[in-house]
Amino acid sequence: MIRGALSGCLLLAGLLVMPGAMAASRYYDIEPVEVAADTYVVFGAQENFNDANHGAIANTGFIVTDEGVVVIDTGPSRLYGQALREAIGRITEQPVVQVYISHAHPDHFLGNNAFDDVSIAALPGTIDAVRAVGSDLAGNLYNLVGAAMRGTSAVVPDQAVESGTTATFGDHRLRLLAAAGHTAADLMILDTTTGVLFAGDIAFHDRAPTTPNADIDAWRAVLAQTRAREFAVLVPGHGPSTPDDAPLSQTGDYLAWLVDRFTQDANDGMSAAEVMFQPLPERWARLAVQPGEYRRSVSHLYPAIEQSALPERTE
Amino acid sequence: MNTISKTLALMLLVLAMPAAAAASDDPLDSSQWRYMLRQYFPDAKVVFDDRVQVVAPDYAEDSLATPVQVRAEGLEDVERVLVLADHSPINPVLDYYPVRAAPAIGFHFKVQQATPIRAAMRTADGTWHVGGVWVDAEGGGCTAPSVGSASPLWESRLGEVEGRLWARGDRSQRLKFRVVHPMDTGLAAGIPAFFIRSVTVSDADGRTLARLEPDEPVAENPVFALDLKHAGAVTVEGRDNNGNVFSARIPAPAS
Ligand SMILES: [Zn+2]
Repeated sequence: MIRGALSGCLLLAGLLVMPGAMAASRYYDIEPVEVAADTYVVFGAQENFNDANHGAIANTGFIVTDEGVVVIDTGPSRLYGQALREAIGRITEQPVVQVYISHAHPDHFLGNNAFDDVSIAALPGTIDAVRAVGSDLAGNLYNLVGAAMRGTSAVVPDQAVESGTTATFGDHRLRLLAAAGHTAADLMILDTTTGVLFAGDIAFHDRAPTTPNADIDAWRAVLAQTRAREFAVLVPGHGPSTPDDAPLSQTGDYLAWLVDRFTQDANDGMSAAEVMFQPLPERWARLAVQPGEYRRSVSHLYPAIEQSALPERTE
Repeated sequence: MNTISKTLALMLLVLAMPAAAAASDDPLDSSQWRYMLRQYFPDAKVVFDDRVQVVAPDYAEDSLATPVQVRAEGLEDVERVLVLADHSPINPVLDYYPVRAAPAIGFHFKVQQATPIRAAMRTADGTWHVGGVWVDAEGGGCTAPSVGSASPLWESRLGEVEGRLWARGDRSQRLKFRVVHPMDTGLAAGIPAFFIRSVTVSDADGRTLARLEPDEPVAENPVFALDLKHAGAVTVEGRDNNGNVFSARIPAPAS
């Protein structure tokens, strides 16, 4: 599907020069929370994109080492990225030396504009996706949240991450774990020094998972593998961090329920709109962004499941 | 609530039942409605009626295939169901004649921009009963080429039908079928309109159970869900605007 004809508007908006600091703080209230030694998370709103949260719905994080600051995800816009950088500057005098992007969704990488003097690393699949659809995603987000997007463009990460490698910054050793399922390329980062696992959008917590580019089977397999890992703190892509695997099991349970629900509905002959508007069980209705996210998932996932419930070519 | 106010509320509800309003007071407040009235219902009696329900998401996640379910609760003698989108280069979405079927149909359609999607149901007395909802969208659904038009593969499968029946109570069945067809609107540059023009569902004796006339905005490889007042196998036959025909026999449900 071709979406986001507004990239042209974005370019235009980029020409409007604003004093960065003032504009950034006008839109974004960045309050880093220390979740472990040297490790901070800026928690996003548990909402869909809107012009009140200015797109800041995902968690971003950073690790302060004595060889510089490592940033994990840059948020939804140039101004968010600038505000994040200013917040880091209030905590440490160390410069930002490395950015990692977890995956190619607009709430996670469109702050790259504020870090274009730093190496930005991502999985090869993420780099390809940002190159292919980054501008469309930025255009769509401009449409949804408006002025806070000014000056934002899709900066393609310049460094490919090799799965299973370890990157060392000061005394922090980061294991870079390639996964897939939420999208075609999902990077998780395990800081073996502190035991903090940045799971990206492989894990959602108390917020309905998003599925526009999902491979549910692959995602569930990654969730099962990740539950078997040792970690001290889990930072999901959306929602509060935990000392246990609650976000992993919640995300896995929701995806399993979603597939079972759709399979049963398809075998009962229900139309997609009927599936969309049926009531949700209490456990899943109370997640943030419901029932909207569930309805989006019907659009993403039901057509294939519906088709598999019809017999092959009726003569 | 005490009994008296409950009774009162119930009476008010009954009074409000055929919630008919003047056709000029569009509950969806669309600038296009007066034009739609003139264009599609000249000289006809048109009322807004809450019994006509259109179920569709308030935002089109996929502007090439947005699900919609049309149905009527407690409206008898519906002879024709016209589905229309106000803000679309092609307003008519689908025309449905539920001959021996409930006035209900589920399918997907293309959304060009934010628009009301409406169902108008004509009852035997000639009155059109109208209901609808707004669907917001990023858009572009009608002017985008179909996936099929970009690939030669679909040509060998053009007109293939996959269908299934489900028993739904006494002598009623849900019929769902999918037809392989690009459903090109003719609005994408260089790709002429190419779409299914008519589909007839009949019983084993050849009696028509339902007839539908899709328009260009119906989604590619359309899936239709109908509620037939009939038990047993049916035949689905159709033709597109280029004269290609297709047909399939859908066997009775297994149980
Ligand atoms: Zn996200």
